[in-house]
Amino acid sequence: MSATAPVRATTPRSRPRRPLRLGRVSTTYRVRDVLVPIAVLLVLVLAAAVSLGRGDYPIGVPDVLGTLVGLGDETQRLVVLELRAPRIAVAVLVGVALGLSGALIQTFARNPLASPDILGVTGGAAIGAVSVIVLGGTGTTAAGVLGGIGVPAAALLGGMVVAFLVFGLAWRQGVDGYRLVLIGIALSAMAHAIVNYLLTRSAIWDAAAANVWITGSLNGRGWDQALPLAVALLVLLPAALALSRVLGVLQYGDETARALGVRVPLAQGVVVVVAVCLAAFAVSAAGPIQFVALVVPQIAVRLTAGSRPPLITSALLGALLLVSSDLVARTVLPESFPVGVITAIVGAPYLLWLLVRGRRRSTL
Amino acid sequence: MVHRTATRPPQEAPPPAPRQGLLRGIAPRVLGLWLLLAVVVAVCVLSIAVGTRPIGLGTVWQALIDPSTPGDETVIIRELRVPRTLLGVLAGSALAVSGALMQGHTRNPLGDPGLLGVTAGASFAVVLSIWLLGITTAGGYVWFAFAGALLGSVAVFLIGSAGRGAPSPVSLALAGAAISYLLYALVQAVTIRETTALDAYRFWVVGALAGRDAEVLTQVAPFIVVGLVLAMVNAPALNLLGLGEDVARGLGQRIWLARVVGLGAITLLTGAATAACGPIAFVGLVVPHVARAITGPDHRWLVPYSTLLGVVLLLLADVLGRVLARPGELQVGIVLAVVGAPFFIALIRRRRLVQL
Repeated sequence: MSATAPVRATTPRSRPRRPLRLGRVSTTYRVRDVLVPIAVLLVLVLAAAVSLGRGDYPIGVPDVLGTLVGLGDETQRLVVLELRAPRIAVAVLVGVALGLSGALIQTFARNPLASPDILGVTGGAAIGAVSVIVLGGTGTTAAGVLGGIGVPAAALLGGMVVAFLVFGLAWRQGVDGYRLVLIGIALSAMAHAIVNYLLTRSAIWDAAAANVWITGSLNGRGWDQALPLAVALLVLLPAALALSRVLGVLQYGDETARALGVRVPLAQGVVVVVAVCLAAFAVSAAGPIQFVALVVPQIAVRLTAGSRPPLITSALLGALLLVSSDLVARTVLPESFPVGVITAIVGAPYLLWLLVRGRRRSTL
Repeated sequence: MVHRTATRPPQEAPPPAPRQGLLRGIAPRVLGLWLLLAVVVAVCVLSIAVGTRPIGLGTVWQALIDPSTPGDETVIIRELRVPRTLLGVLAGSALAVSGALMQGHTRNPLGDPGLLGVTAGASFAVVLSIWLLGITTAGGYVWFAFAGALLGSVAVFLIGSAGRGAPSPVSLALAGAAISYLLYALVQAVTIRETTALDAYRFWVVGALAGRDAEVLTQVAPFIVVGLVLAMVNAPALNLLGLGEDVARGLGQRIWLARVVGLGAITLLTGAATAACGPIAFVGLVVPHVARAITGPDHRWLVPYSTLLGVVLLLLADVLGRVLARPGELQVGIVLAVVGAPFFIALIRRRRLVQL
């Protein structure tokens, strides 16, 4: 049998579980499931600290960490906490939301190519935002007229409407992941065609502004974007983590899940609602930063050598990818590119490298 | 997990798995092909007659058989509508067949020419040609788009098969997605920096039949014809590959050869069509599903049916675009997405999809 035969994909080789006993409570865990998130978190903190220190007024990593815990002088506090922290916070929150959303959707659809884009979130959000930018502006870009309120709200609304349209159309006594993905692709293609049409009908400067939004950018993002996202995550993050066990069971297929006592349609519905809300809030804050939701769960599942994308690791890895991409965008490149360009240029080679290494045992 | 759905063991499959299409047996299928051919001819006539300036069928016939017929209509028909219709015929068949091959090779119902990096490669090359060389005509894009499509799909194929053995459906699909994302990011990087490049690119990327002259037609036609022939040659091998690579090898199929022929055909067809019209996504995704509902999963029938159905779909969409937005027109890529998507959704909801 060749190494690429499909059978390998359906029988991922998981590391053994170890027992853990605390008095009367006992459970099992895998070492990698504990160590990998901790390692990723440490790297994330380091990357965020480096990012907070870089800029026109450079600050060393120790000073940044000191400033964050209340030390540091006046200038450092102003630069780190007032000027740079909001943007980094948006990066972390958007990364967490996109990573989680991707992990939920890929597990649910049992398809490594599934992402919020497939569910229509980014397509709908793009229609909403581009309409506001192209049609809402009175000659100038939307920034003047609708400010920071119009575009995010329109994006949130558009993303949710299209995503739930996809979900509603896919509903037929429960949702088949297969049907959902097909319908999502159809509606996403339609949404992108509408966006492309809007771009051809608009003035070139509006098209340019819309083009930046479509790519996904952290430029000019601050507490205004971070706050709604943080509130949404406060609700959605626990909800996603609570779904962890159900997701593990759903992975075996609808029949098995039903036999194991899961109310499949309800569970699927909750998973999709949580995933869509996560993605929609993330997109409305920073635009559709592609690739994070698609690739992060795939990287996370390979790092943990598990059988499905781990939720916490995906969330942390999403934040890490976004923070480090933003760092590259702000410091390495001559002009401030939108971060969406960087996430793809950073993330795509990594996925390719994984593919070339031939570690395709766990494809979900 | 693409192939957990694709290679689901029989006992997990829904009991009455309908692997057959509407038409069974050779005679009904041949008859069906003739009927479709008649529909294709009818749609071609419609495409020549309908437009901003409607032209009667008698005039159409006169202009077609006698180039010296006086009047504006003759010029419109011979210079504008006929090349446009022929381009629609070529692009429609090419996109539909490459979609059918793609879905067969990746054993993925989402298989779309966009998936294997072909359209992404073409888009990137076109953006570069606009940005670096200042080219802004459809005829000028053709060779760049073609080279980009070729490079994109070769890169995807090499990376997807970099492990041992023949490239598996999942590794190809993932490599295609990764390369596409990378190339589209580069496209965005260029269009964000260069507003002039965005200005030309945004009109190419919607996908249209309008504004292409007869020269584009002769440039891409040979590639599409060769691609269609390769696709027919590849069809029996695809049937075997559908049984799984091990079974196919056991039955004497040379896996590598089949994959290379298939990807060669996909590249030629998608590259040529994208070069001529810009990326038109929906034909390659929808048509193979419709064809499979008619013929079942046998690729020897699927390919010819997809050829004709692709022509019908693309030309009808183009005609609709001319009718809907008179006196201007909607680009065919947009019409296809807006009209095609609900149709496709209805298809998915109505019938159980014939298994690949």
